[in-house]
Amino acid sequence: MSGMVEKRGVGTWLTHAGLIFGIAVICFPIWIAFVASTVTQDDLIRPPMPLLPGPHLLENYLEALLTGGVAPVWQMLLNSLVMALGITIGKIIISLLSAYAIVYFKFRFRMLFFWLIFMTLMLPVEVRIVPTYEVVASLGLLNSYTGLILPLIASATATFLFRQLFMTIPDELTEAARVDGAGPVRFFIDILLPMSRTNIAALFVILFIYGWNQYLWPLLVTTDPSMNTVVMGIKQMLPTGDQTVEWPVIMATAMLAMLPPVLVVIGMQKLFVKGLVESEK
Amino acid sequence: MEKRVVFDNRWLPYLLVAPQLLVTFVFFFWPAGQAIYQSAFIPDPFGLKTQFVGFGNFEYLFGNRYYRESFLTTAVFSVLVTVSAMSFALWLAVLADRVIKGSSAYRTLLIWPYAVAPAIAGVLWLFMFNPFTGIIAWMLSQMGYVWNHNLDGGQAMALVVAASAWKQISYNFLFFLAGLQAIPKSVIEAAAIDGASFWRRFWTIVFPLLSPTTFFLLVVNIIYAFFDTFGVIHTITKGGPEQSTTILVYKVFSDGFVGQDLGSSAAQSVVLLLLVGILTVVQFRFIERRVHY
Repeated sequence: MSGMVEKRGVGTWLTHAGLIFGIAVICFPIWIAFVASTVTQDDLIRPPMPLLPGPHLLENYLEALLTGGVAPVWQMLLNSLVMALGITIGKIIISLLSAYAIVYFKFRFRMLFFWLIFMTLMLPVEVRIVPTYEVVASLGLLNSYTGLILPLIASATATFLFRQLFMTIPDELTEAARVDGAGPVRFFIDILLPMSRTNIAALFVILFIYGWNQYLWPLLVTTDPSMNTVVMGIKQMLPTGDQTVEWPVIMATAMLAMLPPVLVVIGMQKLFVKGLVESEK
Repeated sequence: MEKRVVFDNRWLPYLLVAPQLLVTFVFFFWPAGQAIYQSAFIPDPFGLKTQFVGFGNFEYLFGNRYYRESFLTTAVFSVLVTVSAMSFALWLAVLADRVIKGSSAYRTLLIWPYAVAPAIAGVLWLFMFNPFTGIIAWMLSQMGYVWNHNLDGGQAMALVVAASAWKQISYNFLFFLAGLQAIPKSVIEAAAIDGASFWRRFWTIVFPLLSPTTFFLLVVNIIYAFFDTFGVIHTITKGGPEQSTTILVYKVFSDGFVGQDLGSSAAQSVVLLLLVGILTVVQFRFIERRVHY
């Protein structure tokens, strides 16, 4: 952008300096965690800790992955992946279907159903944890992927998003499809789904991060260490009295726990921003 | 808005909404109903039967000093998190908006903390501020300031605020930047021609034009501080020392699961439910945008 408000000279440098300072503040905790994951426990327990990486990266990460704390981290990462994908795919599928029904069909209780789904916006899992836990326990779903995933997949936001998207799709397309003899199922698969592709992808990015970062729910539902997810499992590694896990291993675990969602954000930045902005509407 | 062209089918639409409705009923309405129901009862000491107490749990709750203090803690915590995360993000967004070259690199470097889980953010900050070995705790001690958030409630609050705000900066930054870029450059140029300085232009033109974004982020950040920061609190302070960082969501958890006080926890759930309801209405009425999944 050029013109009257173009910045010159000292101002430009101050701007860059300010941004670099901001980035330094934001990146500092991660840098410290990274450095801590490459040194030994001895380097860390006598402050100050080093500020540059040491030579023990491989052994710390291997110890985290293979031994970890109460469960090896590879197992927790796998559980996180299953949970994140389960929540993401589950939410997208049930929301696509219900939005399709609400937009493209006239049926009894249509608006009632719509409002029932809408109301779930007001009930984040943190608010109803004890009774939800009891429901899941009484269904025998503790320590299972189903118990981890199902209570988190109802989503009014995704349903809204798809509803809004479907509303913008011209009626002529539907008419043309009907003239060609396509039924509702054909229309959904051949026309609606391909047209929603980028929106689904953008939502996928956001929901994956949401699913991966779940903490409270896995904390309650997975009492068996082999079902722990990495984001909640790292808590069990933190020093509390009878500490056995060393800080470098904990920090290696923290880095591993951050890596998948961070890669998703950086690698799919366009989709991520699109998903973020759209899901706020 | 309605579709002009719709499909006719007797059972298909019900089949399509069934999965979503089923999940919603089993995991949303049934538990919420249970919370409301349980909030009117207290279990006997052996958990064998329950006694109806009406609004007794609520009376007990609001008569409880710790619960009332938890409200205050939540308010202080939310205001601090919201103000610090938003002001730092706005400052960065204003700078990034001024940059012509390399702005996408800056953006990339600033947005990724969004992907860090609150609980992991808690672990990172806990590590830096560990009273015995943490790098920042050490730096502070070199300056003659003793850091121990396990003993000092004020320090504990500062730490959970910092960790929570840190994670939320990227989100606010993205929306502020988008808001800034949507402001017509001609307006700002006109003011510049009139000789208004950068800060004068900012406070008299840019900031007022940015207010829809600001209001939207205000609600989003409050909701974030209320509910999504559980992981930060649980990893860093567990609500302590002496409940100084026990926000409402943490109290539902600690009373319900750690303290096994189901009646009180259910009553707290109902109170939170009302709070979320109010926040949601505020959000829809004034901002018409929405965050939670």
